[in-house]
Amino acid sequence: MTVLRRLYFILVALFLAAPLIVVAGVSVNQKQELTFPPKGFSLAWYGQIFNDPEWRLALIHSVTLAICSAAIAVAIALPLAWFLWRRIAPWANIFQVLGLAPFILPPVITALGFLSFWATVGLFGQFYTAIISHAIFFVTLPLVTLSLGFASIDRSLVEAASTMGADDRAVLKTVVLPLILPYLVSGFAFAFVLSLNEYIVAYMTIGFTTETLPIKIFNALRYGYTPTMAAVSIFFVTVAALVFGAIAYFGDIRRLLGAMSSDTE
Amino acid sequence: MRREPPRSLADYAPLFFPALMLIVFFVVPFSIMIAVSFFKRNPAGFYTPDFVFDNYARFLTTFFGSVLGFSLLLAILVAVCCVVIAFPFTYLLTKRSRAVQTVWLVGLLSVLSLSEVIIGFAWSTLFSRTAGITNLFVAIGLMKEPVALLPSFWAVLTGMVYQALPYTILVLYPALVRLDPTLLEAARTLGASPVRAFFNVVTPALRNTIVATLIMVFVFALGSYLLPQILGRPSNWTLSVLITDQAIYQSNMPFAAAMAVFLVLISLALVGLTLLAGRKENAL
Repeated sequence: MTVLRRLYFILVALFLAAPLIVVAGVSVNQKQELTFPPKGFSLAWYGQIFNDPEWRLALIHSVTLAICSAAIAVAIALPLAWFLWRRIAPWANIFQVLGLAPFILPPVITALGFLSFWATVGLFGQFYTAIISHAIFFVTLPLVTLSLGFASIDRSLVEAASTMGADDRAVLKTVVLPLILPYLVSGFAFAFVLSLNEYIVAYMTIGFTTETLPIKIFNALRYGYTPTMAAVSIFFVTVAALVFGAIAYFGDIRRLLGAMSSDTE
Repeated sequence: MRREPPRSLADYAPLFFPALMLIVFFVVPFSIMIAVSFFKRNPAGFYTPDFVFDNYARFLTTFFGSVLGFSLLLAILVAVCCVVIAFPFTYLLTKRSRAVQTVWLVGLLSVLSLSEVIIGFAWSTLFSRTAGITNLFVAIGLMKEPVALLPSFWAVLTGMVYQALPYTILVLYPALVRLDPTLLEAARTLGASPVRAFFNVVTPALRNTIVATLIMVFVFALGSYLLPQILGRPSNWTLSVLITDQAIYQSNMPFAAAMAVFLVLISLALVGLTLLAGRKENAL
């Protein structure tokens, strides 16, 4: 039984890791060719991400896009989640639904919505349109983590603070914000990582004028192969693993993903 | 501080910015897309305003019918594969220590956040002739010489299961980790083996969760837009690919918008069903 269970875990792990192992192998090929196991060993392709002007530009675009859009997403989600927690206003839940919808619907639809919007208002192709589009597309993530954060606040703490004479602003600054900071950071991190990897919305808003890393990979895929693509892919997985690892290390990732906080062993 | 209804305009202040952003950049684009679906195609630009049903009438062609049928079938197949693999796996995962769970969750999130471009590229490498899995089979003597496993339907299916599996596990995780442990204890005390307890107690108890997960993964798989292009033949293209193709390469925005509206309706109907299934679960 234990053997079977272990085998099952290994098989799932292997399935999830296999393509990444091959890509990692391909990324250290000495020559510009697609072979596995790799012939020779070279980390030059990783250097290319930062040295080659085109890849570097795509990297800068992607990071700028991810940081700005994640920040705006948090700026939208924080007051909304706070309002929903602080006030009794059932109709305001419509905005929560609006915040969750872009993420649940097939991404092509959201992307097409943005394409028709920016084309109609005549701003199609501007870099900031992608920032706003990503912020709306990923607002779901900080909204979910922040709602969880607010729900976890013990209301008696807040009550105590206001009994002692703290007004709304003071309560927010000294009690609420410190308590939800971890949720705010993880909401930002989730949005950041997903924005970094996002293709279709970025492509339909700025794909004709600007290349982000996923767009650059896709274009490179069509026009011929370079191991730099493999290096970028591994770079992305590493960034994601580091970010989520940090969230797990500093916070409780099990709780963020839906486990109750009380089920300690 | 108790929750209070907002009284003055100032109490509504925190809502202004989020409401403005969501309305201007989500509700308005969505409405424009719906409007565009009734517009006429303009080969020179994006579209010309009009009110015609031509774009919807194109749904009645056999080509569209076959693409729609294929998309739905593929998404169902992906959902079933994912839930069959993920349900026992997630159940076993929740029985492991917190540390093991945390490591798995970090790994699953990392794979889930991967760009569809990267997943497509990774699997096309794994299925290629020069760097692919068949080289391994040759090395251990299972095959004579390496072959390319793509483009093919199976490559598309594998890629999409890979993309949706972490999602499935993470959707199932809350329900399974919160499952009342006394349920299982009772079954075990009454003499059921762990396997029997899993199939006869855990699975029926979470019947509605399983149905809801199937639907969510189905909607998720419907949204896959690149994998059928990278790993499959044109006959393996799904509705999402067709929408992208029409919008960008054929520059037929109205038809793309009409298909998108149709896809939204299917997705919304299914999400509604999911919520209904979830409500029943809570009522039990």
